[in-house]
Amino acid sequence: MEIGLSHYLTVAALLFTLGVFGIFLNRKNVIIILMAVELMLLAVNINLVAFSVFLQDISGQIFAMFVLTVAAGEAAIGLAILVIYFRNRGSIAVEDISQLKG
Amino acid sequence: MILHALTFYLFAAIAVAAGFMVISSRNPVHSVLYLILAFFTSAALFVLMAAEFLAMIMLIVYIGAVAVLFLFVVMMLDINFVELRKGFLQYLPIGALIGVILAIELIFIVGTWTFGGDTTLVAATAQPMVIEGGNTEAIGRVLYTDYVYAFQAAGIILLVAMIGAIVLTHRSRPGVKKQNITEQVHRSPTEAVELRDIPPGQGI
Repeated sequence: MEIGLSHYLTVAALLFTLGVFGIFLNRKNVIIILMAVELMLLAVNINLVAFSVFLQDISGQIFAMFVLTVAAGEAAIGLAILVIYFRNRGSIAVEDISQLKG
Repeated sequence: MILHALTFYLFAAIAVAAGFMVISSRNPVHSVLYLILAFFTSAALFVLMAAEFLAMIMLIVYIGAVAVLFLFVVMMLDINFVELRKGFLQYLPIGALIGVILAIELIFIVGTWTFGGDTTLVAATAQPMVIEGGNTEAIGRVLYTDYVYAFQAAGIILLVAMIGAIVLTHRSRPGVKKQNITEQVHRSPTEAVELRDIPPGQGI
């Protein structure tokens, strides 16, 4: 029973699908939506690392690191926006977020 | 080899189950904790693939920074989560439909890619790579030479994110004493010290 590339790709595909599903399921809660986005980025990272390892090319892992960087920045900015939005409105319901347009 | 396979299936099952709990649990704090579990098991999968450096980076960056940031925000904001759960089941059918279609498509891609006709070269080399000197050294060799500009750009992205988060959440409250260095520097002895002539037997 050899664990090959397709096994890892399947796990990543399932995680990505769960991320998309989570955005549909929790349409009102921004925090869960942000977590679902993190889950999708994690699936992408698993894909990048699996291809990098099984195709013997290290640059996939470099790109996974850059994805990690962007994910960290995105989480920080997203949560900062969430905090000031909550401070102004007292709730984090997604429907009213279009007011951020000003 | 059988141990390797069993470990893979164990961690993969835990990762997928944790991912499912992230999106379906009632309490967002539990969601964050399951997210941490998903990150942790993914790091274990990275170790299985012999990508140790990225596994450790996952532990430090994702669990140590991102997930804890989520935990702080969830716990500090006083949010009525019951209100936000309304309509949870309303979007379940369409979400499940799109999710199942997406999963089937992705798994089909994986299947055809593996068993397709023109992939003999890839299939021949599809073994986990072994690098002498270790994974970390190999990444370092490439990262600081070929990808140095991308590395600098990643640093700038992080700097912009940091400044942006500080600027967004910073608020100046009235009534809080702060140090004003210009004011301090521009004090002169004439206004700082006052000499008074006190007559004996009386106060000021």
